[in-house]
Amino acid sequence: MRLLERPLPTPEARDLLDLTRQIAAERCDTQTVNRFEGEARFPREVFDVLGETGLLSLPYPEELGGGGQPFEVYLQVIEELAGAWLAVGLGVSVHVLSCFPMVNYGTPEQQAEWLPRMLGGRTVGAYCLSEPDSGSDAAALRTTAASTETGFVVNGAKGWVTHGGVADYYNLMVRTGGPGARGISCLLAPAGTDGLQAARPEQKMGMAASPTATINLDEVELPASALLGEPGEGFRIAMAALDSGRLGIAACAVGVAQAALDVAADYASTRQQFGRSISEFQGIGFLLADMGASIEAARSLLLDAARAKDAGRDFGAAAAAAKLTATQTAMSVTTEAVQILGGVGYTKEFPVERYMREAKVLQIVEGTTQVQRLVLARALTS
Amino acid sequence: MKIAVCVKQVPDTWAEKKLSDSDKTLDRESVDGVMNELDEYAVEEALLIKEANDGEVVAVSMGPDKAEETVRKALQMGADSGIHIVDDSLAGSDSVATAKTLAATLKDQGYDLIIFGSESTDARMSVVPAMVAELLDLPQLTFASKVSVDGDAVTIQRQADYGYDEVQASTPAVISVVEKINEPRYPSFKGIMAAKKKPLESVAAPSGEPVGLASARTEILEFAERPPKAAGVKIEDDGTGGVKVADFLAEQKLI
Ligand SMILES: Cc1cc2nc3c(=O)[nH]c(=O)nc-3n(C[C@H](O)[C@H](O)[C@H](O)COP(=O)(O)OP(=O)(O)OC[C@H]3O[C@@H](n4cnc5c(N)ncnc54)[C@H](O)[C@@H]3O)c2cc1C
Repeated sequence: MRLLERPLPTPEARDLLDLTRQIAAERCDTQTVNRFEGEARFPREVFDVLGETGLLSLPYPEELGGGGQPFEVYLQVIEELAGAWLAVGLGVSVHVLSCFPMVNYGTPEQQAEWLPRMLGGRTVGAYCLSEPDSGSDAAALRTTAASTETGFVVNGAKGWVTHGGVADYYNLMVRTGGPGARGISCLLAPAGTDGLQAARPEQKMGMAASPTATINLDEVELPASALLGEPGEGFRIAMAALDSGRLGIAACAVGVAQAALDVAADYASTRQQFGRSISEFQGIGFLLADMGASIEAARSLLLDAARAKDAGRDFGAAAAAAKLTATQTAMSVTTEAVQILGGVGYTKEFPVERYMREAKVLQIVEGTTQVQRLVLARALTS
Repeated sequence: MKIAVCVKQVPDTWAEKKLSDSDKTLDRESVDGVMNELDEYAVEEALLIKEANDGEVVAVSMGPDKAEETVRKALQMGADSGIHIVDDSLAGSDSVATAKTLAATLKDQGYDLIIFGSESTDARMSVVPAMVAELLDLPQLTFASKVSVDGDAVTIQRQADYGYDEVQASTPAVISVVEKINEPRYPSFKGIMAAKKKPLESVAAPSGEPVGLASARTEILEFAERPPKAAGVKIEDDGTGGVKVADFLAEQKLI
């Protein structure tokens, strides 16, 4: 139950959201989610359906093969998908992130080669910035790409790669120059390139169906045409991609929080204790009220940031604020949802324990909560 | 090949449905409407036949204003144009009046095939396709779990308890399909955008036939809410659980 109706700018957007909900209900039903999460299996078939229906490239221009949708609409699609299954919602957001360097920095020749595949709905991409020794301090990355006569040879390891091992291509942030942000470049490597190898996926607290793996790079030879943007521009590209990506993560957070509230509200109105439904106790009713209010606040902030982006205004700080707020909301709302369900909330009989485990990762990926605060503090004092 | 596919908007299968107090017909306003599930299979089959044989698919629906959404859904899935028969006089029509209205709209328009879902989830009578065939004097190929078209010969596998019968007719013909026949596609986002530009015509009820509630050959005299579900019986398995379950089923005359 939402307190506010979705703000959708066009009738097509409404139909798109209906389609998303239908696919989510039919392809990301509880049984399927539990099976894939239990087996830690990537649901490629769901991504195939999303690709066929055009949901993997919504925010990119139609001329390039995308859906031409504003972020305001695209993010609500992500929200619906994440509410059904975070591995899918976050996966779509990461795929969209992985297309960002090519869409925004690719030459016409690079785009002609790559965009039909990237935006055509049959591939899934990965974005590799973090390394085992450089997370929040991403500019300290150490993977190197040395120039050769024909292009580059890459050595090192990228850590924590979402879709590591299942992706069709990898955006690699690598060091081509001196230390610091200015020495970093962005290279695109197709899966299957010699020397590019995914390690065993991490065993995570949640989102087991979304593989996260180290990508080892051992003498990986790439042609000169693998370079996106200028040499040394990689960090700027990576950060620009993250500004948009953070909105996607914030949308995931709102989706997970809304899903948790829906289950909690439903349960509270049917569960009887002391002769009445527990929602009639103010202690529970007020909890639900606060959950609903904080979700609407997070969603409004998120969509405001999206509209700023759609209008071509600066939105980096707003995106950081939205990510900070939405992920904190998701963490607290999912924790309270478990509380409202009591004992069964702590079991796998209901999805709220999964939502609580899923919410946590959203406070870590694409800039931790603390990193969002760094961004905001810098914006406020610059 | 010109194919008409008839689609109906029905209340969302999972929604709680009510009859309205005033005219004792289904209250369609208060619940979300969706395309009748079996009609999605009919649209899919029409699109598959079109893709294999060339031609066009026209989606036809009779229903209140809201039913236009269902015609549009067919256009989003890939139908080429739509006809929405919408008229206040049609409210409360029974299956005979519905069949007459559809038949009058479909008559003499050069359709080679007219495809239906075999039943709607709200009325569940499965009679409209056969009635339309009769009214148009066309062969009926109902309950099809497979359709093959070869020139002007149409062959179906007609679903039966014991398997299927093979039934053949020549076009033009009326077909109704069952769930087994295919897997309906989702509309694609491109389909949603393309549907905006496809022709969707609203037409009034063809004159001449008595339609609407007053013409209905059935009358609902009375109705009551379904009684609330009684609390279930919980059987603890202390080793005799199986026997207790069997006793319970026997008591209910289920075994
Ligand atoms: C499931 C999952 C998927 C991921 N997917 C990807 C991916 O696809 N691509 C990719 O590149 N990365 C990915 N990551 C990596 C993720 O972006 C990093 O984990 C994140 O940036 C934090 O880095 P770290 O883990 O090294 O933590 P650290 O940077 O070591 O941080 C540890 C703690 O210190 C805090 N901290 C660090 N610096 C400061 C500071 N200056 N002030 C205050 N506090 C600070 C952090 O907030 C955190 O609480 C993924 C991670 C996970 C868990």
